[in-house]
Amino acid sequence: MPIELKMPALSPTMEEGTLAKWMVKEGDTVSAGDVLAEIETDKATMEFESIDEGTVGKILVAEGTEEVKVGTVIAILAAEGEDASDIEAPSGDASADDASAASDEVEDVPGEGKDVGREGNPLDIDKPAAKPRADDPEIPAGTNMVKLTVREALRDAMAEEMRLDDRIFVMGEEVAEYQGAYKVTQGLLDEFGPKRVIDTPITEYGFAGIGTGAAMGGLRPVVEFMTFNFAMQAIDHIINSAAKTNYMSGGQMRCPVVFRGPNGAASRVGAQHSQNYGPWYASVPGLIVIAPYDASDAKGLLKAAIRSDDPVVFLENELVYGQNFEVAQLDDHVLPIGKARIMREGSDVTIVSYSIAVGVALEAAKELAEQGIDAEVIDLRTLRPLDTETILESLAKTNRVVIAEEGWPTCSIASEVVAVCMEQGFDNLDAPVLRVCNEDVPLPYAANLEKLALIDKDRVVAACKKVTYSE
Amino acid sequence: MAKASASGNGKSNKAPAPSAASENPDSEENFALRTLQESLDKQKRFEASQEQLMHFYEQMLLIRRFEEKAGQLYGLGLIGGFCHLYIGQEAVAIGLQSALDNDRDSVITGYRDHGHMLAYGIDPKVIMAELTGRAAGISKGKGGSMHMFSTEHKFYGGHGIVGAQVSLGGGLAFAHKYNEDGGLCLAYFGDGAANQGQVYETMNMAALWNLPIVFVVENNQYAMGTAVKRSSAETEFYRRGTAFRIPGMEVNGMDVLEVRQAAEIAFAHVREGNGPVLMECNTYRYRGHSMSDPAKYRTREEVQDQREHNDPIERMKKLLAENGVAEDKLKEIDKGIRATVSEAADFAESSPEPEPGELYTDVLVGEY
Repeated sequence: MPIELKMPALSPTMEEGTLAKWMVKEGDTVSAGDVLAEIETDKATMEFESIDEGTVGKILVAEGTEEVKVGTVIAILAAEGEDASDIEAPSGDASADDASAASDEVEDVPGEGKDVGREGNPLDIDKPAAKPRADDPEIPAGTNMVKLTVREALRDAMAEEMRLDDRIFVMGEEVAEYQGAYKVTQGLLDEFGPKRVIDTPITEYGFAGIGTGAAMGGLRPVVEFMTFNFAMQAIDHIINSAAKTNYMSGGQMRCPVVFRGPNGAASRVGAQHSQNYGPWYASVPGLIVIAPYDASDAKGLLKAAIRSDDPVVFLENELVYGQNFEVAQLDDHVLPIGKARIMREGSDVTIVSYSIAVGVALEAAKELAEQGIDAEVIDLRTLRPLDTETILESLAKTNRVVIAEEGWPTCSIASEVVAVCMEQGFDNLDAPVLRVCNEDVPLPYAANLEKLALIDKDRVVAACKKVTYSE
Repeated sequence: MAKASASGNGKSNKAPAPSAASENPDSEENFALRTLQESLDKQKRFEASQEQLMHFYEQMLLIRRFEEKAGQLYGLGLIGGFCHLYIGQEAVAIGLQSALDNDRDSVITGYRDHGHMLAYGIDPKVIMAELTGRAAGISKGKGGSMHMFSTEHKFYGGHGIVGAQVSLGGGLAFAHKYNEDGGLCLAYFGDGAANQGQVYETMNMAALWNLPIVFVVENNQYAMGTAVKRSSAETEFYRRGTAFRIPGMEVNGMDVLEVRQAAEIAFAHVREGNGPVLMECNTYRYRGHSMSDPAKYRTREEVQDQREHNDPIERMKKLLAENGVAEDKLKEIDKGIRATVSEAADFAESSPEPEPGELYTDVLVGEY
């Protein structure tokens, strides 16, 4: 069988090119790897190599021809034992610039794949609807409530899960012998030993990769970043390796890893150590992003995160670690991922918040109550997937929304919530949705400037008064 | 070796012991940096049975023909995006992977991954169908050339970020050790990736924690268009583990028998609990970095010289002929492989694209 040589696509975007020069002539014998022609694309001149051995039978497109469509037969090669002079050009007019002949030859649209399955209008695809999310499990009457710091709650969550599942291990800087840079892993080394509580060198990219790879290999790593600021060194593994694996593998390869550590501004540590990465991670499909406020949620959601088959970014806050909250003393306190929590019910305005800003929102609500404004406070708890249902239900009730976020305003979670309210709750809005975020500057060191840069109760109160027209 | 355990128990093995060099197992004299290379130098080539030789030949030829076909399909617009061919480097994947224990060992590589998939005996049809982006592809058409996986074969991809597979491979090795399953991880990367920082972060931890991993540098001489000597202060990559006390091996990656022999030595070392090995396989890619590479950074003569004098398949063909395998038999093998590859291409062209609804599946495993 003579071999048809077709105009090749030489780049992901090439649709046509110039056949600049033939390096062989009819009757020449060629072997694999010989250059047959030079082809100019929009980017470069490429050499077109022979893949087979044979004799050049007919050259069908003359050199110098421009706009030769990809897939056009440009020459015929006679294979071993065939007489090159006997070869007929393909039926139809195969003249140099007749693209219609070429399109007959090529069944598929170049660069487009086969047209099977393309009949459907993309707008007709059934996008899976979000299912209503489960509420937090009821706490049985008479359950003992204990005071726990967020730090202790996180530690207990890890310890309880590690007791249940040998595949779980904790790794990070200073998590073992030092007992945790912020003492979140205190006591874990003593209970679980050095095999499961592992000090790493200061090498975030490397150990985030090792943690992610271990998850691919069937383990359940909890990777602690001393702070999420350092996770920027490792963000490639969190996003490119962990978040995309399940999708890229067609659901074959799982990556059940938890990346956790303190996030957001601490106190007087300057710009490089003070940043909220919630919006960064929450923008990535394939990740679960959780940012709890109180000890009960920290515990219940970290346990859920460790049990999840998906990669989870779990954002804590250093300033909240030492705060005490009531936690139900239950054998297995696990909370649903993706469900927001109404921290305070109210009827006049909704304050949407998460992480440390929930405390600010609650303080603001208290002050607003004294002024006769009844604010509802929502703690998102999970940033991805976002519980839009709870936000919209509250909006339908109060008709006003303010978002309080300890983070920059641009492309923030606050911005996302504004978009959700606009797109899905517009008819219920009685006022523009307002964002109360940090100032749009790197966090300064000086005490007075730092205070000015961060959100506070007064700004949330002012925004709530503005949307309730109480100024 | 008194390596720190995974606990990082903090006991430095660097404690000064000036007078006790002979008693210190980590002393310079006992340092195993070169011992693996010495073993290889004693016997360079694996003593394969005739059956094994035939098998190596067939597998390498399958990769070659498959990749040639992939190049053609790319030229026809049936394969899109990036497509990195393995032509020229076949002996590396075959030599190494033929020595694995497939029940327990894992493999991970970068984006030039078709050859490593084929080396496992994975059906060429599902690989080619992934290249054409069809539902029958091994990643349901959602991964493409650079993102193929087979957890069944413990092949963990297929990664597009240069060097990322090395630390992920460190994680796979970590899991082998954690599970005490006796397996090792084979982590491939190129001479380009060898300059990435995370490679050395991983070498440090792998040596520190004694992880069962073989780091394989497939040195094909060019990081995209940049020659090794233009990118690398130390061009002898096998030496680069020295800083982490990882023994190095320099291997002719164009000779499947030498690669296999090196694999035997390296794997035995790792399986005995001695920690990682760094193996440099010197090889050569005949094609451009990807399909859209005009390859102006090297001469045609250089490429032709490699093809004519160092081709791993020709080398094996010659050996088989010397061993009395008839020319006709070899032709028959080639014919059979061409048929297999054509069949894979037909399958990949004719099978349907993914259902539009697949757009939304596999983003997350759980429902939240």
